[in-house]
Amino acid sequence: MIEIGSLSDIPRQGARIVKTAQGDIAVFRTLDDSVFAIEDRCPHKGGPLSQGIVHGHGVACPLHNWVIDLTSGEALAPDHGCVKRFAVELRGDRVWLALPAARQAA
Amino acid sequence: MNAIPAQHPRLVVIGNGMAGMRTVEEILARAPGKFQITVFGAEPHPNYNRIMLSPVLAGEKTFDDIVINSREWYAENGIELIAGEKVVSVDREARLVMGEFGTTRPYDRLLIATGSDPFIIPVPGHKLPGVITFRDMADVDAMLAACERGGSAVVIGGGLLGLEAANGLSINGMRTTVLHLMPTLMERQLDTVAGGMLKADLEARGLTVLCGADTAEILGTERVTGIRLKDGKEIPADLVVMAVGIRPNAALGREIGLECKRGIIVDDTMRTSDPFIFSVGECVEHRGVCYGLVAPLWDMARVAADHLSSVADSLYIPAVSGTRLKVTGIEMFSAGDFIGGDEAEVVEFRDPSRGLYRRLVLREEKVAGVVLYGEAEDAGWYFSLLKNAEALGPLRHTAIFGQSVAMAAAGGPAKDPKAALAALPDTAEICGCNGVCKGKILSTIAEKGLTTLDDVRAHTKASASCGSCTPQVEGLIALALGDGYQAAAEKPMCKCTGLGHDVVRKEIIAQSLKTMPGVMKRLGWKTADGCHHCRPALNYYLLCAWPGEYEDDAQSRFVNERNHANIQKDGTYSVVPRMWGGVTNAAELRAIADVVDKYDIPTVKVTGGQRIDLLGVKREQLPEVWAELNAAGMVSGHAYAKGLRTVKTCVGSEWCRFGTQDSTGMGIQLERMTWGSWHPHKVKLAVSGCPRNCAEATIKDFGVIAVDSGWELHIAGNGGIHLRGTDFLCKVTTEAEVLEYCGAFLQLYREEARYLDRTAPWVERVGLDYVKQRIVEDAEGRRALHERFLYAQKFMQIDPWAQRAPGAAAAQPFTSLQPAE
Repeated sequence: MIEIGSLSDIPRQGARIVKTAQGDIAVFRTLDDSVFAIEDRCPHKGGPLSQGIVHGHGVACPLHNWVIDLTSGEALAPDHGCVKRFAVELRGDRVWLALPAARQAA
Repeated sequence: MNAIPAQHPRLVVIGNGMAGMRTVEEILARAPGKFQITVFGAEPHPNYNRIMLSPVLAGEKTFDDIVINSREWYAENGIELIAGEKVVSVDREARLVMGEFGTTRPYDRLLIATGSDPFIIPVPGHKLPGVITFRDMADVDAMLAACERGGSAVVIGGGLLGLEAANGLSINGMRTTVLHLMPTLMERQLDTVAGGMLKADLEARGLTVLCGADTAEILGTERVTGIRLKDGKEIPADLVVMAVGIRPNAALGREIGLECKRGIIVDDTMRTSDPFIFSVGECVEHRGVCYGLVAPLWDMARVAADHLSSVADSLYIPAVSGTRLKVTGIEMFSAGDFIGGDEAEVVEFRDPSRGLYRRLVLREEKVAGVVLYGEAEDAGWYFSLLKNAEALGPLRHTAIFGQSVAMAAAGGPAKDPKAALAALPDTAEICGCNGVCKGKILSTIAEKGLTTLDDVRAHTKASASCGSCTPQVEGLIALALGDGYQAAAEKPMCKCTGLGHDVVRKEIIAQSLKTMPGVMKRLGWKTADGCHHCRPALNYYLLCAWPGEYEDDAQSRFVNERNHANIQKDGTYSVVPRMWGGVTNAAELRAIADVVDKYDIPTVKVTGGQRIDLLGVKREQLPEVWAELNAAGMVSGHAYAKGLRTVKTCVGSEWCRFGTQDSTGMGIQLERMTWGSWHPHKVKLAVSGCPRNCAEATIKDFGVIAVDSGWELHIAGNGGIHLRGTDFLCKVTTEAEVLEYCGAFLQLYREEARYLDRTAPWVERVGLDYVKQRIVEDAEGRRALHERFLYAQKFMQIDPWAQRAPGAAAAQPFTSLQPAE
C-alpha cells in the first residue's frame, strides 16, 4: 500500500483522483468519514465517478445518474454493472491505497 | 334544480357544517330522492371542512381547497341551501322553521346540527377588539388580517386547536406565545414525554410556549395590547386567540324545549326528545358524553341517516378515536388510554437524537392506547390493533418497533410499504377522519372503476379531510391498479422524504432552517445525507432563502456547477467566457485564440446565445485556462449554471436602420444586473431593437422588444424540447423600468418555482394572471422583489473563475492526489 494524502485532502461527500498507469482511481470520503477507492469510470458510458454527488455510501454518476454502491462497486437497480474496487484504508488521518502496480508486486 | 314533487317528505337541516351535511350525504347514498331537503347555514359559505382551517391559516391550502360540497353540488342534488341566515326558532306544533330574516320552511323531519361554540374564558378584557377565537373561516380571515399588520400574538390554550392556530400565526410572521394552563401541552392526547418533545419542537420553530400559565386579565382600553398572568407576568399582544375548548351549541334545542343538559340529549338512534327531530355532531350529548373530534360525527351521521331514510335499525356506539396534530413537519398520533395505570403495561421506544418516541399501553396483552411522536406512518396499523382488541401474540415483543419490523419478525411480509399495506386486513381503518377502512376503498375502486386520488376521495371520502392518510390511499390505488397508477398530488421530492418541494420550501422559511443537515433533521429525512435529487434542490432553496447567510455546498452541486464548466461525454469540459450582451472585441478574441493554441483546445464553436465555446478542456487544465481568460478581462459565462446564462441582443438603433432603441446597451445593462444569479433552472434573456425581433426574444425566459414608445416585456418563452412563445407581460417606457420589472420577475421565479422548473412550466402552473398581479399591478410588491433580487446579487456577483485561480485553495479539487515516494 502507498500513502496518498490525508483525509482532509478529500472533501467530505466528495472525491479526489489518483492518476495511475492503468487509469484514474477515485478515492471517496463519505459523510461518516469512511473512505472508498474505485476506478474513475462508470460502467455505463465511462463517466468520471469522482465528479458525482456522493450520498450515503454511494455516488451518482455525473453523466447519466447511475448510482454506484461504493462498498460493492455494483450499480444499483435498475442498472447493471460493476466497477473495479481498490483496497484503501485510514491510518490515523493518513489515507493508504493499494495501487494496482503495487498489488501485483506484492 | 331538479324538481321534486311536493308529496316527498320534507327534511330541514339546521347547520351546514360537517356533521349535518355528512348526514345528508349518507341519506342521498341510501335513499336518493326520498326527501325534499332544505339546509340552513349561519355562515355565508357552502359546506367546508372545518378541521382543515389550520392548513388554510398556515397558507398550505386555500378556502376553495377545503370546500366539501360546492353550491353546484347542492343544486345537482336538488337541495335548497339557505346560507347566511341563522335559524332563530322552530314551531314544533306547526313543524315550521324560522330564519332570522323571516324565511320559513315546513318540515316532516328536522335535523339539528348546530355544532359547538368556542369557550371564552370570562377574564377581564375578553370582549376587547383583537380578542378572537378559532372556529370558522371568519376567524381565519381575522387572523390573516392581523398578520398583515404584524406584531405579537398570544394564543391561550395549548391543545390541538391552539397549537395549530399558533403555528399558523407564526408562519405568517407573528411573534407568537402559547399560554397553557396545564404542565404539559396537549395533555389530553399526549403523555408528558411526547408533550415535552412537542414543546421543544415548537420552540425550535420560534414559538414561545409557557405551561402552567394562568391568564388573569387581558390588557388594553381601545383594543387589546397585552395579557397579564396570575403570577404578574405581562406579555404584549396585538392579537389574542382563545382556543381553550368548545362547548355544545345547544341554544336552539334548549329554546324550543328539547331535553338538554350540556348538549341536546339524543338516544342511540340520534333522536332527540321530540321523535320528529334528530340531532348529530358536536351539539349533542349521548349517554352523558359530548364529542369534539371528527370521527364520532361520521358514525352519528350514518346512524341518523339509517333511521331518517328507514333503511336500517343501527345504533350509535361510541368508538375510540385517534388524534393527529395538523402542523406540517410535526408527526404525531395518539389514541385510546395512552397513560396506563393499574394492571397496564407500558412499552416505550425512544431515540432522542432522531426525535422519535413511541409508547404502547397494553392491557391483558392487547393494545389499549398508543402515542407516536416524530414518525406516525404506522398510526393506521397501531390503531387497527387497538380497535381489533385482539391479544398481540407473537407481535407482543416487536410491536413497538413498528409494522414492518413486527410483521417481519412474525414471519409476515417485511419492509416494503406496499406489502405492509397489502397485509392489512380489510377492516383496518385507513382514513381516521372519515372512518373509511381498507376494504371499503378497494371495493369502491373496483365497483366504480376509479383511477385517481380525487375519484377515491369523491366516492369514499378517504383522505378528503386532513389528508394525512393520502400516502396509504395512494398505495391502495396502486395496489388495485398496478403500475398504471400515477399519483396526482405534488409528489415527494425524492425517496428521502414524503414532502413535496413546495412544503419543504415553506418550512425552510417558516422554521428558519439555514443548514442542510438542519432541514433534513427537522423535516424528518429518511436518509443521513439525502441523495442526488434532493441535495441540489435543498442547496438552491437555502441559497435563495438566506442570501449572504447560507454557504453554498459544492458537494451538493451537479458536476457542471461544482466545476464551473460543462462536462462532455468524454469527461472533458467546455469553457464559455462571458461576453456582455454578445459583444466582444479584438483583445478578447486574441486572448481566446492564444488560449486555444496554448492548451491545444480541439473545438471552438459559436453558441446559440452569442458566446464562444471552447470544447475539450481537461479538468486539471481548467484553472489555468480561466486564469488566462481572466487576465484578458473575461469572467465566467455561467454556461453551466441553473442560473442566468446569456442576454442575447441585436445591434439596435446604434447600427440598424430599423432599430428603435439601443437594444445592445439595454442587454448589457440587463446582463450586468443579472449575471451570477442562481435560479431553479437555466434562465435566458434577449433584447430586440424592433419588432422584427432578430434576437428571438419571444422564446426566452424574459424577452424585451423595443418599440418607438418604449419596451415590450415578454415572459416564459422556451426554445427547447417544448417550443413555447412568450406571454406578453406589459409595456414600459424607460430602461430603469425594464431593469426593475426584469429583476422582480426573476426574483418571483427564484422564490416560488420548484427546483428544475423552467419559467415556462412554472408560469403555466401559477397562471399568467398571477404573475401580472405580482409584477405589473402590485407596484410596491414589484419594487420589493427587485430589491430582494439586488440584495441577493451582492453575494453572487463574484467571478467563480477568479476564486479558483491556480494555487488557490478552491482550485485544489481540480488537481489529483500525489502518492508519496
